[in-house]
Amino acid sequence: MTDSFKVGTHEFKSRLIVGSGKYKDFQTTKGATEAAEAEMITVAVRRVNITDPGKENMLDYIDPKKYTILPNTAGCFNADDAVRTLRLAREAGGWNLVKLEVLGDTQTLYPNVVETIKAAETLVAEGFEVMVYTNDDPIVATRLEEIGCVAVMPLGNPIGSGRGLANPFNIRVIKERAKVPIVVDAGIGTASDAAKAMELGADAVLINTAIAEARDECMMARAMRDAVRAGRMAYLAGRMPKRAFASASSPTEGYIWD
Amino acid sequence: MPKTIMIRLNGEEYSTGAATLAGLISELGLEQRMIAIERNLEVVPKSQYASTPLITGDRIELVHMIGGG
Repeated sequence: MTDSFKVGTHEFKSRLIVGSGKYKDFQTTKGATEAAEAEMITVAVRRVNITDPGKENMLDYIDPKKYTILPNTAGCFNADDAVRTLRLAREAGGWNLVKLEVLGDTQTLYPNVVETIKAAETLVAEGFEVMVYTNDDPIVATRLEEIGCVAVMPLGNPIGSGRGLANPFNIRVIKERAKVPIVVDAGIGTASDAAKAMELGADAVLINTAIAEARDECMMARAMRDAVRAGRMAYLAGRMPKRAFASASSPTEGYIWD
Repeated sequence: MPKTIMIRLNGEEYSTGAATLAGLISELGLEQRMIAIERNLEVVPKSQYASTPLITGDRIELVHMIGGG
């Protein structure tokens, strides 16, 4: 069975997108990304350190020919900075598929939806394929889809919190209304959270901290890989109905005492 | 003495002997790096590095990709 993940003009076998932040070193980033069997990895854009410009770079370890590099706007708090950041990323690597996130404040890292919408409008008009991080709000998700974003990425819980899915019902509602892929981004803490997101119908999940902060990063990457696959298969297979009372698994006739 | 000018590079005052963006990249040893440059808030395409002059007071942002989520 082919069950590819299509987003914009891109197509992937893997439904696990990984982040590249918080790793102790580049070798671990590389090992965990390989263990996850991810095909897409998101990266941040920052100033080159002018006092040490020759320092090794993450892309010396994560080969842009092998992986789809997804530049993001992590750390942007307004639309203008986000747009500038992604214009620079497109020039740096020719990457047109991007992750837009515009944050509201440093305590919650919740999206600033007003600025996110403004940035999305500009970026879509400039020909970017925008995967957009947002709240688990079905109305906003629909709006971002109407603007022309190629994927909508509602949070499960705040970035780096590892608290799982705060509102599974909203994830389901967003998925059922959407024509573009839905990616649960942020909040996944462990394998069961990833599986749950996929069982709800998410087209993919994006995970960074849960892998990078695991005691064994590569083992957690494999756990996430398997959880995403298991959750996806369970979604496609169609789960049994939930019942209030028991339903015997064995036939209720032919008992020896009858 | 080669002529030097002051620009603002990544938010800091920076003295350079380079006359163009291409010269600046070479001065920093970044020719082989995957970078992008913004000059006075406008992204400069790679194809124009050699023909883009550096002028005193230019605000240059020179970025690359790092780990992030």
